[in-house]
Amino acid sequence: MPSSDYDPASLPDLLPLYYRRLFPFSQYYRWLSYGGVQKNYFQNREFSFTLKDDIYVRYQSFSTQNELEKEMQKMNPYKIDVGAVYSHRPSQHNTVKSGTFQALEKELVFDIDMTDYDDVRSCCSAADICSKCWTLMTIAIHILDRALRDDFGFQHRLWVYSGRRGVHCWVCDEAARKLSVAARSAVTEYLSLVKGGDETVKKVVLTEPIHPFISNSLDVVKEYFTQYALHDQDLMGSKESVEKVLALVPEDARSYLQQEFEKEKKPEKRWKLITTEAKRKQVGNFAHSFYIVLHIRTEGLVVLQSVSLKSTAKKGQYFEKEIMLQYCYPRLDANVSKGVNHLLKSPFSVHPKTGRISVPIDVSELDKFDPFSVPTISLICEELDRPRPGEEKEKLGDGKEKEDEKDAIEKRKIRDYKRTSLAKYIKYFDQFLDGMARSWKAERLRKSDLQKEF
Amino acid sequence: MQFGGRRKKNSINPQSELYGQHLQFYGQPPLENISLSEFETFAVERLKLLKTVENLGVSHVKLTDLYISKLEKELKALNFPYRPDADDKKSQSGPTEYEKRRKDHISHFILRLAYCQTEDLRRWFIQQEVDLFRFRFNDLDPKQQLEFLHKNNLRYDTISSEEKLKLKDQLINSSFGVSGITVMEHEFYKVPFQDALDLVRLRKVYLKQGYAYIPHQDIVTIVLNDFRTRLSKALALTARSLPAVHSDERLQPLLNHLSHAYVGQDYSIQKNVGKISLDQIDSLSGKSFPLCMRQLHQSLRENHHLRHGGRMQYGLFLKGIGLSLEQALQFWKMEFIRGKVDADKFDKAYAYSIRHMFGKEGKRTDYTPYSCMKVILSNPPSQGDHHGCPFRHSDPELLKQKLQVYKVSPSGINQILELVKGMHYQLACQKYFELTHNIEDSSFSLNHPNQYFLESQKLLGGGKDIKREMDAPQRSQENAASKGSTATQEVAANTSQHLAEMTEDLDSFFQDA
Ligand code: SF4
Ligand SMILES: [Zn+2]
Repeated sequence: MPSSDYDPASLPDLLPLYYRRLFPFSQYYRWLSYGGVQKNYFQNREFSFTLKDDIYVRYQSFSTQNELEKEMQKMNPYKIDVGAVYSHRPSQHNTVKSGTFQALEKELVFDIDMTDYDDVRSCCSAADICSKCWTLMTIAIHILDRALRDDFGFQHRLWVYSGRRGVHCWVCDEAARKLSVAARSAVTEYLSLVKGGDETVKKVVLTEPIHPFISNSLDVVKEYFTQYALHDQDLMGSKESVEKVLALVPEDARSYLQQEFEKEKKPEKRWKLITTEAKRKQVGNFAHSFYIVLHIRTEGLVVLQSVSLKSTAKKGQYFEKEIMLQYCYPRLDANVSKGVNHLLKSPFSVHPKTGRISVPIDVSELDKFDPFSVPTISLICEELDRPRPGEEKEKLGDGKEKEDEKDAIEKRKIRDYKRTSLAKYIKYFDQFLDGMARSWKAERLRKSDLQKEF
Repeated sequence: MQFGGRRKKNSINPQSELYGQHLQFYGQPPLENISLSEFETFAVERLKLLKTVENLGVSHVKLTDLYISKLEKELKALNFPYRPDADDKKSQSGPTEYEKRRKDHISHFILRLAYCQTEDLRRWFIQQEVDLFRFRFNDLDPKQQLEFLHKNNLRYDTISSEEKLKLKDQLINSSFGVSGITVMEHEFYKVPFQDALDLVRLRKVYLKQGYAYIPHQDIVTIVLNDFRTRLSKALALTARSLPAVHSDERLQPLLNHLSHAYVGQDYSIQKNVGKISLDQIDSLSGKSFPLCMRQLHQSLRENHHLRHGGRMQYGLFLKGIGLSLEQALQFWKMEFIRGKVDADKFDKAYAYSIRHMFGKEGKRTDYTPYSCMKVILSNPPSQGDHHGCPFRHSDPELLKQKLQVYKVSPSGINQILELVKGMHYQLACQKYFELTHNIEDSSFSLNHPNQYFLESQKLLGGGKDIKREMDAPQRSQENAASKGSTATQEVAANTSQHLAEMTEDLDSFFQDA
């Protein structure tokens, strides 16, 4: 990975600077307070820090932005995780009666990690990523973001680059934060298509009818499939890769395709053979199932039965779609999404291995997002030290006015990050927060209107 | 079977109004006096019924013909109402329909008292009652269903024909058995997706902007959700009134006894701690581990690592067969440091979670080993995982290869695969047990990996390789012995229900570093 300018050994020196002058505390606090709609929402939130030498401290909590700032500047965590909002202050979890300390709410979160795609990428493995396989993350975000918005109606979805090899999503709508464990797991299962571990070969099985969610997801995959799978990953190229694909094809089509592939080497043409074969089967089957319907009708049986016959008859006939999904569909870490109390790495945390900041991703610009251009902590700290002409004057101008100290520090910090490449990510974060603020306002108006009616 | 209820004939009219339909929403508690013996009989028999519901749910796919016929048989045998069209005619023998409905009503409320006391008990009770309700609701014909909704004041929002027309394709493609014609004919209900989780989970419903569009034929989902929510609230309320009930010294022991019937053998009892030494594990894994654990052991030895699902499943199993905390720490450490993890990292990132497993950290809960049901139903393995149940989670082809490697005969393999095909995973595992232990008919019903281990050790007892033919008398003795314990084994399956939730806490400690 070309983060050559970052040296993990320098982290202890850089972190204090980062937390003192660059970390966007005020936005961060604004985010997790959620407009103060619910009491103690920020105060009862669990944070956990990973300190130097992998020392892990859970159940941190803070009563004010100031306290959070002070503590982070003191501890200089290598990694910050955000957990649930609890019934009591997490820092006092030992003092409350056992059983009463409970996780109540949390954003609905998703974690997608490139290592889970190891069986379907040829370019890299494990923690490595490159611009080729990054397409998988792009596809994942497009698919999930659409579903969370259109299917589930969630408005406030924050996508964040993990700093190394994956992405996270924080769904921040009030309804999402209040979801029960059962609801989280239902949403996660609705969104999961790739099933099974190392002991399963065929990981996607579609049945009739194809749900609109799957059709929509397939539309996204189709946009990328030719460039990504056929060219970048050379899916239809090497013998090994072709064999893996053919293992996903029904037996009766396999040998035919094998023969054809002897004659045809071009990846697009080979793929075309697969899709044509699949279509042929679908048509054949449709005629067959139609027959069953008619047949049963003349015998006077109910339609419902013929429908279920139809659906079993059609199983396995979508193999080209199944292959596309097995290779490209997002692979979620379901455990992270299902629990309320699961911790997830915080936005604006630093990845200790790469030094990259965990920055929010603007989905409207998603296809331009390049993980390798995400700033590292060493880069932004360096940018901070670069002198800028005209800066001195500005400082003097500010000094004339009487401001209280906190304000001055706050202002300086804003100027600080604006001088670095972090600026555009924080700006996007601000926009995201403004969007949420608008819904709280609307909600408050609605509530007070309701009150007036009584 | 004797029923106290038959002797005192209750003929007050409002009561028969209360039991107008065979299915009840249990909105109103019973208001009559009943004898202690009737109280007890009712409670015990409903508990029996709920256990049948639970066991059937594990061994069969819900609402298949076999499931239905078995549950009907049980309802009949225990004299609970089981047919929607039965009217209050006196049958030749046994209680009347009215008496059955009354028993259904009262027994439900008695168990509420016994099962409201803890979170785990509530969860178990709700689950079984919901399954029972689902079965009975499905037994109603459409007209009776509407009547039921009407009687119980259950109203749900429907969508207009214009909206239906607009969403026609989506509705057809997201609901089973709905065609172009039926879309327009039937009602579609629009509810927040949170109220139809079972349909959402299976992608059997159209979702738009947070709402689920449910065809009338699936209305059972909404009704069930309603039933579940109300029952859960009612139990919480009952729990608050419990001190009053508990001050009654005749009722208290009875209620406690009833709720205890639910917690059976969970293989967490540490009576055999230290009986096994670490260097025995390799050979034990070949002889006495069920396939799921053998698979985990093997991949641990090969990769010197297991992801958290595997560490939980295998770690708790090992604890159950008698590894002490110290042994467990040593075992995992020795293996992990052969891989990518150094000793220091192990102590920091993994040791905590192992101590946690033994209840030495965090909430200090003593975690119990996973039952088959938990392994089979919850947390399916994904990329890079080796946990789960091989009979459930492996491709049949791979399972076949594995069985060949383990020297199972071709005919044996066929029998196993046949069972797998019918989704009888535990029976398949038991068949595997029989084949590898050279017995024809094992006398236990398998529902726990640790039970598999114990039964195997019993058979291989004392290290001697007991051949069945040579030692017939001893075998039959053992048969008798284990038959005596089937009652507890049967109960063991019940505990797994709450494990899923309990271990969830633990999961958060187990993120892969
Ligand atoms: S049936 Fe139970 S014991 Fe057997 S392999 Fe599956 S989970 Fe393990
Ligand atoms: Zn790559």
